[in-house]
Amino acid sequence: MKTKFLFLVIMTIFFTSCEKKSEVLVMDTGGSDKQEDPLKNKGIGPVKTVKLGPLDVALAKKGKKIFSTKCSACHAIKTRSVGPALIGITKRRSPEWVMNMIVNTNEMVEKDPIVKAMIATYMVKMTYQDISKKDARKILEYFRQIDK
Amino acid sequence: MKTFKIILLLIIGALLTNSCTGGSSGGDILASDAAQKVYVKPGEWDKVYWFMSGGYSGNLTVHGIPSGRLLKTIPVFSVFPENGYGFELETKQLLNTSHGFLPWDDSHHPTLSQTDGDSDGRWLFINGNNTPRIARIDLSSFETKEIIEIPNSAGNHASPYLTENTEYVFAATRFSVPVPQKSIPISDFSKGKFYGTITAITVDGKTKSESKMKIAWQLLVPGFNYDISHCGKGPSHDWCFFSSYNTEQAYKMLEKNASKNDKDFILAVNWKKAEACVAAGKAKPFIGKHAHNYHNEGTIAVSKIKNTIKMLRPKDCPEVAYYIPTPKSPHGVDVDPTGKYIVAGGKLAAIIPVHSFAKMKVAIKNKKFEKKSYGSIPVLKYNEVIHCELAVVNTKDTSKSLCFGPLHTEFDNKGNAYTSCFLSNNILKWHLGETCEARQKVPAYYNIGHVSVVGGANKNPYGKYMLSLNKVTQDRYLPTGPEMAHAAQLYDISGDKIKMILDFPTMGEPHYANAIAAEKIQKKSKRIYKLSKNSHPYAAKSEKEAGVIRKGKTVHVKLTAIRTHFKPDTVTVNQGDRVIFHVTNLEQDFDYPHGFAVFGTPIPNLLVMPGQTKSIEFTAKKKGVFPFYCTDFCSALHQEMQNYIRVR
Repeated sequence: MKTKFLFLVIMTIFFTSCEKKSEVLVMDTGGSDKQEDPLKNKGIGPVKTVKLGPLDVALAKKGKKIFSTKCSACHAIKTRSVGPALIGITKRRSPEWVMNMIVNTNEMVEKDPIVKAMIATYMVKMTYQDISKKDARKILEYFRQIDK
Repeated sequence: MKTFKIILLLIIGALLTNSCTGGSSGGDILASDAAQKVYVKPGEWDKVYWFMSGGYSGNLTVHGIPSGRLLKTIPVFSVFPENGYGFELETKQLLNTSHGFLPWDDSHHPTLSQTDGDSDGRWLFINGNNTPRIARIDLSSFETKEIIEIPNSAGNHASPYLTENTEYVFAATRFSVPVPQKSIPISDFSKGKFYGTITAITVDGKTKSESKMKIAWQLLVPGFNYDISHCGKGPSHDWCFFSSYNTEQAYKMLEKNASKNDKDFILAVNWKKAEACVAAGKAKPFIGKHAHNYHNEGTIAVSKIKNTIKMLRPKDCPEVAYYIPTPKSPHGVDVDPTGKYIVAGGKLAAIIPVHSFAKMKVAIKNKKFEKKSYGSIPVLKYNEVIHCELAVVNTKDTSKSLCFGPLHTEFDNKGNAYTSCFLSNNILKWHLGETCEARQKVPAYYNIGHVSVVGGANKNPYGKYMLSLNKVTQDRYLPTGPEMAHAAQLYDISGDKIKMILDFPTMGEPHYANAIAAEKIQKKSKRIYKLSKNSHPYAAKSEKEAGVIRKGKTVHVKLTAIRTHFKPDTVTVNQGDRVIFHVTNLEQDFDYPHGFAVFGTPIPNLLVMPGQTKSIEFTAKKKGVFPFYCTDFCSALHQEMQNYIRVR
């Protein structure tokens, strides 16, 4: 009798020894809707400060050309395309942020709070286009011209 | 009763301790700290690139070592459905030959380019064995960029083997044939009417074009089977050595009839001498139709047919070559890191013969020749050249042999040699210096062909890892029906004793493998192709350039792809039109290819890297509306990357 009991106990241990309750992963829905003043966000990347002078039309013209080859596949000026409409961008974002988004796209997509929030709206990540800092400055000038 | 209880407890105890672990231990491999030695943490990188030939698959695989991870398959001599190589218009011409488009071959011996006797990480060469060809792979892109056909040869097996500074890439004939080709009785082989050739190819490292290889000359040699080669280093810099078998010149039942002679030959070729003879006009123009194909990045591959080569005959260039008698039907011929010794893998021999380069030079100077010469090539006296003979076969009990069926030898940085032993399923470690001494025998599972040490054929071997490339797998892995992947075993050779640390399946049939420290390649590996450097005639470098160009019944569609759409979105053609889609990937971001496929066309997939343009061609046979779509999952909206072509 005792042996039978012992057998049962051991078999119970044996059959339960590998069972482990799966943990439930609960999504943290917390967070703040409040955003810091976006114009104070300079973004992440090599562009630390941009000094803006009066509008340089020649520079803006070069920027427009680059925009039309490198950006227009996904961005329109006045309407939403794959990405957001760019009109008003210089009013919504700091010049450093705009340039960092162009030259350091991948890190911005991963880390910048504004971009992370936008991905939920657009469901697509902006792609890096191998644009130099110099060329990004030209594109910024083009945006300034549009917003003028 | 008590005994029963104890037994029951023991059984249950054993069950309990086993119940949470799966499978059995792997015997010798887990008996040590092997797992730690091959464990590369997720996200971390291997230390070594190991390039393995694909054999009958015609391509090349790249593994990371010590983990054994498969990093890439590089298509070379065969079309490759995974990325469209050889199907797409850009690379199709690479597979052109004087016999037409040959989209399949048998690739054997990957060899890394060399500078001062060490692998420099620029290029990798590999032979096509069946229809003689040599390919050059660029190691900044891991892509085949150039293929040159070898005329006047067959069975391009002793190939490609390089001199110390890649002055030449050599190829030699395994299956001697009439040269030039003509229809004569096969039995004429035994009458000495068949020939082999030693082909010297130069590689122009300075030109920006991918057209770098050129056949400088060929040396016409007697019709034996030239099997493997290696070139000298240091003191033997000016020479290359080619093993041969079937010096009997048998053409039937070679297995019996080509194994009669106790000794066959190693052919020693003084390439500096040959070069001088060629410069002095001793080589004559000779029939040699061959294709030369290359692919400059950003455009379409070119194939050119050339009709002649320069042929040098040994009688017109005395002292260019000598035969060294070598037992017996040798396979490998390997020059040690000092360049002083030439080791032969005498496949059917009871010894591993080691020749001395210094003695060879003296024997040549003193004309220590056998009476008989072959095709104006003197035969040196064996005893005048041999340095040592390492006895490896116990003829009374072959199971006690140190190395039965020695095939191929590589070296470490401590004066040791490692010989693969096909029949006895092992690798023999031995020391090569003033004398030859056996050191250790380790198993290889099963029927090992080549052995490969990192830098093991170079002046300065890296010395830590060794790989066995085995021909028979059987019980090593989970069964997968009658066809099993080939097996490779990895050994740590850094200590006094060799330790097996990993066993992993490989792709196709890796005959040989050539390895290099990862640091020599990883930093210069390209991440994208710059759109600005794309010079493809039908590239659309922005969506503005996308569109349809009609030339009569030919319709070129310049299509752009970027996450996550194509332009133009819709295409209309007429029934019977020849339609060519040129897909340009506008991405400039690392590892964002787009794929492309059109319903009902014979080429179901293109894989286009960032900045590249690739093209497929088909005839619009049926009227209707057919989808095309991106075949490479590229973003959350990948499924939406789809449009239609209408055939009206």
